[in-house]
Amino acid sequence: MDITLNHYLAVGAILFVIGLIGVITRRNLIIIYMSLEMMLQAANLTLVAFSRFNGSLDGQVFVFFVITVAAAEVAVGLALIVALYRLRQTTQVQDLTSLKF
Amino acid sequence: MNALFFWLFSIAMIVCALTVVLGRSPVTSAICFAFTIFFMSGLFVMLNAFFLAAVQILVTAGAVMVLFLFIIMLLDLNAAEKIPRQKVWMGCALLLALGFLYVVALTLNATPEGAVTIEQAPLHVPSPRVVAMRTGTHPGATPGFLEDIFDDTHRIGFLLYTNRETTTYIAPFEVTSLLILVAAIGVIVICKQDEPRRPASREEIIREAPPKSTKPETVSTR
Repeated sequence: MDITLNHYLAVGAILFVIGLIGVITRRNLIIIYMSLEMMLQAANLTLVAFSRFNGSLDGQVFVFFVITVAAAEVAVGLALIVALYRLRQTTQVQDLTSLKF
Repeated sequence: MNALFFWLFSIAMIVCALTVVLGRSPVTSAICFAFTIFFMSGLFVMLNAFFLAAVQILVTAGAVMVLFLFIIMLLDLNAAEKIPRQKVWMGCALLLALGFLYVVALTLNATPEGAVTIEQAPLHVPSPRVVAMRTGTHPGATPGFLEDIFDDTHRIGFLLYTNRETTTYIAPFEVTSLLILVAAIGVIVICKQDEPRRPASREEIIREAPPKSTKPETVSTR
């Protein structure tokens, strides 16, 4: 069976959904963050696939920017997690209930 | 051959991604995430995106994952999750996931353009301006320019740094550098601890913690 664009898009969608399940069900802030990164990478895969099948490189430039922004975002997010851990001594989301009313 | 590698990389990637989400300990998740990125780079290579495959391994699997592992080590988070996962949330997430996949499947079925195979897809469709420059009809162009540049690193470089193509990405590239600078400063500000005030001079040190031999003297003079 030949590999078509639909195959790549389906793989990207499955990866995105796995990340979504991780964000919803996990309780550890670090793993939630990793799942978030995985959703970003799934979008990257679809962008590269579209770029290849359309014969244009603009999608790859977008992936380049997404990787850069994701790296900066990871740095800031992990700094927030460290600050939160100093404040509360936990990274489990069920312990962070100060916004509940 | 193409199909074999596609299935190999994608199935391995999905298995690793599932291990990230379902694994108990954060270290297992981080290592499996790095492997997910490696297999995704394999898919990038099959899509002729060699530069992005290298960048993906260097930045995401290298820098980002090492940062994650470093934070896990620093905060000593490797305890497995003790609280049992709630079945209700798992059911909701599965329902949402299946609904999303159903919509994606409907969309992919409804678009016949998606059925193009990788052999049929053109590797590079030059923009009209580049065509004009190649054929010499564009003013100031040398014929044969950009004739043999077909590897993706060169072409991404042309897109990022020149205005020879129709679209250029110089301004977003510069804004990205500003973003990284702001992120670096933000990380320092967030993680800076408010340290207790340090004694400034030698006299202050002696006043706050007097040596033992002089302690009776100071008490008696008071």
